[in-house]
Formats: sequence, C-alpha cells, structure tokens
Amino acid sequence: MKNIWKKHGVLERRSTLLTVVILMVVSVGGLVEIAPLFYLESTIEKVKGVRPYTPLELAGRDIYIREGCYSCHSQMIRPLRDEVERYGHYSLAAESMYDHPFQWGSKRTGPDLARVGGKYSDDWHRDHLIDPRSVVPESVMPPYAFLAGRQLEQKDIEAKLWAMTRVGVPYTQDMIDNAKADLQTQADPFAPARDFKGRYGDAVLQRDFDGDPTRLTEMDALIAYMQMLGTLVDFSTYQAEAPENLR
Amino acid sequence: MSVITKASQSAVYDDGVVRGFAIMSVIYGVVGMLVGVIIAAQLTWPELNMGIEWLSYGRLRPLHTNAVIFAFGGCVLFASSYYVVQRTCHTKLFLNKLAWFTFWGWNLVIVAAVVTLPMGLTQGKEYAELIWPIDLLIAVVWVSYAVVFFGTVGIRKVRHIYVANWFFGAYIIAVALLHIFNNIQIPTSATHSYSVYAGVQDAMMQWWYGHNAVGFFLTAGFLGMMYYFIPKQAQRPVYSYRLSILHFWSLIFIYIWAGPHHLHYTSLPDWAQTLGMTFSIMLWMPSWGGMINGLMTLSGAWDKLRTDPVIRMMVVAIAFYGMSTFEGPLMSIRAVNALSHYTDWTIGHVHSGALGWVGFISFGAIYCLVPWLWKKDRLYSNQLVEWHFWIATTGILLYICAMWVSGIMEGLMWREYTPQGFLANSFVETVAAKHVENVIRMVGGLMYLAGALIMSYNLWRTVRLPSPASAAATPAPALIPAE
Repeated sequence: MKNIWKKHGVLERRSTLLTVVILMVVSVGGLVEIAPLFYLESTIEKVKGVRPYTPLELAGRDIYIREGCYSCHSQMIRPLRDEVERYGHYSLAAESMYDHPFQWGSKRTGPDLARVGGKYSDDWHRDHLIDPRSVVPESVMPPYAFLAGRQLEQKDIEAKLWAMTRVGVPYTQDMIDNAKADLQTQADPFAPARDFKGRYGDAVLQRDFDGDPTRLTEMDALIAYMQMLGTLVDFSTYQAEAPENLR
Repeated sequence: MSVITKASQSAVYDDGVVRGFAIMSVIYGVVGMLVGVIIAAQLTWPELNMGIEWLSYGRLRPLHTNAVIFAFGGCVLFASSYYVVQRTCHTKLFLNKLAWFTFWGWNLVIVAAVVTLPMGLTQGKEYAELIWPIDLLIAVVWVSYAVVFFGTVGIRKVRHIYVANWFFGAYIIAVALLHIFNNIQIPTSATHSYSVYAGVQDAMMQWWYGHNAVGFFLTAGFLGMMYYFIPKQAQRPVYSYRLSILHFWSLIFIYIWAGPHHLHYTSLPDWAQTLGMTFSIMLWMPSWGGMINGLMTLSGAWDKLRTDPVIRMMVVAIAFYGMSTFEGPLMSIRAVNALSHYTDWTIGHVHSGALGWVGFISFGAIYCLVPWLWKKDRLYSNQLVEWHFWIATTGILLYICAMWVSGIMEGLMWREYTPQGFLANSFVETVAAKHVENVIRMVGGLMYLAGALIMSYNLWRTVRLPSPASAAATPAPALIPAE
C-alpha cells in the first residue's frame, strides 16, 4: 500500500504524464455510455409512421427552439401510470430520431408537449399563444402575441433541409427542391396538395393554422409543429411488449 | 503532508490578468443573479415580461444560466487558477500575453452571449445554447487557457505539482472534451445550426456534457479553490495528502459516468440509465471524502469560524457541497427520480449546489484575493462580510426550502389519484399551488443578490484603501506541495 502512495509521486512530478493520465481517466465513462448508442440496433425501435418534419413543421420547430420552450416544457412521457394517463403513450426513441437537437427537456413548469398534437384546436393554440391567461387563467406562461404579426422567414428553408440530410435525416432531393413550395402549400387549404402529400404522406395536416389567410406567419409554423407532435406513430398497431421493442 | 512556510523571497507574479478576471467576476455575478431574480419574478407574476419578446422567460433563462455559470463562475475560475498556479509553481505565467488573450476572448464570449441569447439565437441545448461562431471562439480561448495553465505547470520551479493544480488541470481538460463533442453542429447560416446528433444519442451526449459541466466546471475547478484558499486562509495544512489523491482520481473517474441520471425513465436504453444511476450513487463517496478533507483542514483552527467571516463562508460552502452531493445521489435513484424529475426539487438541488457551494467558495476566494492582489493588509470591513454571509445564507435556505416544498408537492400532485381511480389534479392546479413557494424563492434570490451587492461595495472600498507603508507587509506564505 505504501508503494502506491509513493508511485503517485511520479504523477506529481511529471506534468505531461499527469495530463495524459487525466485525459484517459475522464474519457472512459463517456466512451462506454455514448459510443454503443450509435451502433447498437436495439437503441431505437423499428416503428411505422415516423417521418421527417415538413418544411413548415421544421420552421415551427425552429421557433419552438428559438423561444426556449424546452425551458418549461418537456417532450418525453415516462412509462409511469399517471403520465401515460395524463399525456398518452410513453415516448419512444423512434419518435425523436429526426430531432436535431432533441427537445426532451428537463423541467415541467408547463405540461409535457410530446403528444399535444390534436389535443386542442388551432384557435385554442392561437388564443393561448397570444394571451395564455385568456384560456388558462392560472397559467404563468409569457404571451407570444408577436408570433401572429410576424411574417415567417422562408429563405433558409432549403439550406435547413439540406443540412438535415447531412446528419442523416432522409429528405430526398425532391423534398429539398420543393421545400419553399411545400411550406406555403401546407398553410394554404386551397393549394393543390397532391405532390406535397406524395412527399410527406396523406396524414399530413394542411390548413391555415393561425386563422389569418392573408399571411404566412410564425404563428402558422409553430401551431403546425405542435399539432403534429406525437401523432406519427399508430399505437393501435404498436406492440410495446414485443421482445424487439424492449430495451 | 502539505506544509505552509513563509516564502523566503517574494517572486514577481503576473497578477494583472488575475485582477482583471477578479473584477469581471464580481460584475458578472451581480448581473447573472439579477437576471435570475427577474425570471424568478416572472414565474410568480408572468405579466412582468410586458409582452417584450427579448424579456420572455424562455430567452432570459439561458442568459441567467450562462451568466452565472460561465461568466461569473468562469471568471472566478480563471482568476483563481492563474493566481494559484503561479504561487504553487513559484513562477510567472507561461505566456502572459496569451493569458490576456484569454481575458479579452472570454469577455467577448460573454458579451456575445448577452447580445445573442435575448435575440433568440440558440442551439436549443441546455447550458450549450450559444451559437456555433461563439462556440468556436470558446474553443480557441479554452485551448489558449490550457496552454497558459499547463505551460506554467511545465515551467514550475518546484518538483511537485500541488493538489489544487490537479483539480484545475482536470477541469480544463474535461471541459475541453465536453465542449467540443457536445457542440458538433452543422451550420445553416452564420447564426443557426443543427446538432449532428438526434434524439436519444443527442440526449445522452447533452447530459454527459450537462452533468459534467457541473462535475468539472462547477466542482473540480472549485475544489481546486478549496484546496488552496482554505489552507491558506486558515494557515493550516491540507488535512490528508492520501485522501486528496483518493478524492481526486475517484472523483474525476466516476463523475463522467453520471450523466444518464438526467434521463431516467426516458427512451434512453435501460442499461445506460442503470450505469448512470450506479455511478451517481458511488459518487457520494469521493464527494464526501473531499468534503472531509476540506473541513478537517480546519483542525486546530476552528476558533477562526468565530473570528474570520471569510473562513466561515468557505466552511459553509463545504457544508453545502456535502449536502448537495448527498442529495444528488439520492435523486439519481430511479424510484426517487420518478418523483423529483421535471419538478422544482431539481431546481432547489441545483441552487443548493450553485448558491451554497459554488457561490460561497467563490466569494471566499474573492474576499481572500482582492486584498492580496491590490496589496492591502485587510478587507475594508469584516462587518460587511458578516452581513453578506448572514443575508446570503438566509436567502439560500429560503430558496431551497421553498423548492423542496413546491417540488415534492407538485410531484405528488401529478401522481395523485382519487378513490375512484382518476387523476386528482389537472396540470394547471399544480401550477397555481406553487405560487407562494415561488414568491419565497424570489425573495431568497433577492437576498442572495443583496449579499453580492454588499460584497461589491466592500471590495470596491478595499481596493480604495490606502496601501500599507511597505508592499511587502502582506504576508505571502507559500504552500509547499507534498514531498
């Protein structure tokens, strides 16, 4: 034992050696815990229905991130009785597989939003975002009225889809080329939708989300995003207890 | 055993950059705490952001966390590590100009953060919100910091590297790793980018980063301070050399595994959650080993708790360190976490560590440093340190007790069932139930801020004190590392 303490003196006298040993010691945990997640196939369930975000939803998601919604809202329902009853089926890894970055959150000052899609009407969302206390008197959420008055920035949308393909999101060239058109189509209930739905599926929502048909606003994009949250997987066919889905 | 001797001759050190960081740490501390009080008030009275998007909670909260952790905490770490490494290596800084570059670079990072975060420019990852150009600047500053620090250790004039420098060194290395790997992004414009990781992998990477920002930035670095300023101010040697070795290696090895406890019951695979929980519980031991080593350093000098409020502040910091490093492993147990996660309990836990441990050990170090750096023989007023101590301690207690109550209450309300088997409370009822606790939390934060303002005044008056007749009147005992 005495030798160990003595041997430690070697580290205390050689700064380079000390640095290298520190580097090795602090690397172990991360390597063991993180690296396998990238190659173990069981990390993400195989489920039907999860698709990349439409351009409008992606723009809405960027607004969600910009406003720091994750500070107060989680998007991760845990497999606990009360959470499943309050919010719906517990969240699957597959449901956030295209989320760069993830938005699971760490705090619920407000409720979880992982399955908020379809729970409230567009009108409710618009009123709630403009003045939260008009529909939920006890709410402590800040008002986001400015979203309704601001034109949605569209010029970066192709670049955003392209960047997503670089990190593994399966957008096709067709989707990138038509990103701007698809973005406008989704917010216009009277626009021809055959090509758009051909790219993103028939279940995709197409309507004027913010109740103002004259403009495509940030409110449109944010509500479009929230109305699809947690709706992609069909849980009537998903076998949560099947061996391939247990992790 | 470390021993303390009077330095035979006073070497000339590069203290300009240390003074710069010391001043900025006080300014950023006050600003960061003020933003914290503002957002605490917004959670109580949501009208307070007045509909102004730049003042909304979601944008100010990252400003608060970045300001207190990286601006305040960062400047204290820069100041103390540059000060300590010179004294314990008996040499000037390696490349003083590069040290000044880290000063201006780090301040530029902070100014950029203050501008971009309220504008909503963010990566959307907690504690790693700053956009990619700022991340690049941080990386450059951090590498320069490493060159200055390890270079200074390399040119030391004593054989042994003092224990405080092990901790500073580990913190610099680990933070570099964390920052680089968690911030790999693909830019879409000059101000926007997407994380290359998605979903479950991004979550694991983020909390590996997030938890070790706590473990290395807010713990290992500040333990470096503990191992220098407490023995120095108490004029006692570090309690146990062997405990220091155990403390150091076990702490840095185990901490890095603890990240997954932020992801219990999520879509992260169970094996990773279990590893995270196991190592989090193990982490209790090195943490308390360090606490004992720090506290017992006062053996034979306990009377100073009565006479020296600076010592008292640092000892209470260690007590809070012990408390929050007991609470942390407790909360990382999955069954406990099922209740505590997503609630105010987590916020209370973070703040008992941040206000109690990080804040108080920083204040203690700053109270030591300012008279030494400006060559004064004392602080302007010990009485004001007393006021700071008691107001801030009361503030912390109000804060964390309020958060325990509200956190456990909301956790229980979320899972409460009626006898008929229905959920008893709607979500918003749990929001309304926390109002009083939120008010108390804000008052606690306000008291802590008031303490920091008292400190600022005291330090300013200290700097303006007339210098003692001989500059050498300041005793400069040097710590001789273990032989």
